[in-house]
Amino acid sequence: MLIPVAFGVTLIVFFMIHLIPGDPARTILGIHATPQRIAILHREWGLNRPLISQYLLFLDRILHGNLGPSLYYGVPATTIILQRLPATLWLIVYATVIAVLISVPLAMIAASRKDGVRDHVVRVVPLFGLGMPPFWLGILLIYAFSITLKLFPVSGYGSGFFGHLHAMFLPALTVAIALSPVVIRSLRASMLNVLGAEYITTARSKGVPGHRLFLRHVLRNAVIPAVTVLGINIGFLIGGTVIIENVFAIPGIGQLMLNSIFERDFPVVQGVTLVFAVMVVLLNLGADIAYATLDPRVRFER
Amino acid sequence: MSALSFPEHPETVLLPVEHAAPRARRRWYRQPALMTGLVVMGIIVFLAVAAPLITSYNPNAQNLSQTLQGPSAQHLLGTDQLGRDVWTRLLYGLRLDLSIACLAVLFPFTLGVILGCVAGYFGGWTDTVIMRVVDVVFAFPFYVLIIALVFVLGPGIRSIVVAITLLGWVSYARIIRGEILVAKRQDYVTAARSGGLTSPRIMGRHVLPNVISQAIIYSMSDIVQDMLAIVTLSYFGLGVPPPTADLGSMISDGQNFISTHWQLTTFPGLAVVAVGLGLSLIGDGLADLIRPGQT
Repeated sequence: MLIPVAFGVTLIVFFMIHLIPGDPARTILGIHATPQRIAILHREWGLNRPLISQYLLFLDRILHGNLGPSLYYGVPATTIILQRLPATLWLIVYATVIAVLISVPLAMIAASRKDGVRDHVVRVVPLFGLGMPPFWLGILLIYAFSITLKLFPVSGYGSGFFGHLHAMFLPALTVAIALSPVVIRSLRASMLNVLGAEYITTARSKGVPGHRLFLRHVLRNAVIPAVTVLGINIGFLIGGTVIIENVFAIPGIGQLMLNSIFERDFPVVQGVTLVFAVMVVLLNLGADIAYATLDPRVRFER
Repeated sequence: MSALSFPEHPETVLLPVEHAAPRARRRWYRQPALMTGLVVMGIIVFLAVAAPLITSYNPNAQNLSQTLQGPSAQHLLGTDQLGRDVWTRLLYGLRLDLSIACLAVLFPFTLGVILGCVAGYFGGWTDTVIMRVVDVVFAFPFYVLIIALVFVLGPGIRSIVVAITLLGWVSYARIIRGEILVAKRQDYVTAARSGGLTSPRIMGRHVLPNVISQAIIYSMSDIVQDMLAIVTLSYFGLGVPPPTADLGSMISDGQNFISTHWQLTTFPGLAVVAVGLGLSLIGDGLADLIRPGQT
């Protein structure tokens, strides 16, 4: 399952270069194109060889961790990407934690009294979030909390653990707010599903108090679908970090990707695309493993 | 991102659950979510379509003697840094972005429904190949691949539509395939087949009308996603080229003046939020209408 997907991913990233109209080397170099430079790129990518041999060359390169030379920075693209990766990983983890902290209590509030006032509020508010452009929310948060209230830095990454925690709060919050509508809705639905189960009726009838029932029986069983929902939306979460990194000027690979697009630094764009896809595949695998650990039934089925 | 609101529990969503809901609950005009959504979208579409009638300004006409003015009777939302009327640009921007989004949904919808039908109905190696491709496309974060594609295809509206088509079909294919796998086992398909009908006819006339509703519901949130993508790419200067009025470039222009003229950034974003709200409500309402008791 994982291996064909990984091959497919490399195939798509490989073919990106052939979507470029005209001679890719000439188009990418643009005004900097000289015969020597074009020749270097042609050799690097093996553009004069047959397609299959080009692909094998590409596979061989990336398996050795070589994503090609960065045309703008003049060092291997892999070096730059590895340098920028920690900030992105920080943002992803931070945003996930905040998203869970927002979504779980709200979903519990909604599910605890279906069709009550609180339930309706929790169901309607996320609808406003579904169409909210994350970059726009980021700008407004910067204006409110960084410029007006001066609580957080306008941009950047901070230094040290607590520095990161402080400087990246607004960006992580923005990504989390963009992510939470979907998570809240699915979580609420799965909690309602659990509440309808027979073991809840059993627990109720033997007099388990409400809060304990929720924490011990409902939340535990609703966590599994929540992991799935987060797993499905990993692509969305990572896509959100690309945009937010650029709004908050966080030196991660999302910012690197957009800068490289403006510098027409194709190897870096290609490398970042590959790294992001690998990240999604690995995180999905992680979600599957977490799923199997949390729910013994899954293990027995497979 | 295209995986948004994807049914995380296929088994609970796909099985047709018939609740003993009163018949009246299923009438479309009794659905509060659907009605609110239709009213919101009705207003938005009216404003977008009738933009030339509502405002007499040209969205691109500059008036350098009246830059960055506050809201007034002449300029409902004031003017921007080039003296252009913000309300006019908002209406025209909404018109452009919404129409690109609706257009951009048509192609992936069609492609995804066809490939989903083929995969689900014929099964075997066709199914394996199509679903493997779906898995691969799902492995890329939507924004990453769309930015990369727009980069290699060259910035602009055409590239955005092509990129959305190449990426967007996978969700429809997955939804339709899942629905068809369930529908295939239903008695009416067996009856049609034993009646000697051809596969294309069974698919087109009998199965498709029964399974397409889920794809239509999903397309509502998909339009929102596509509109967000267009606005985001335009914000970064990879979408609608200036000076054409577009919500994304309006936000990016206004960002420079946010401390003094917050309305320049805020209103274009609110317009996108309103579209998202309207279409999500319609999607929810439709889902409730077709499968009551699920939400």
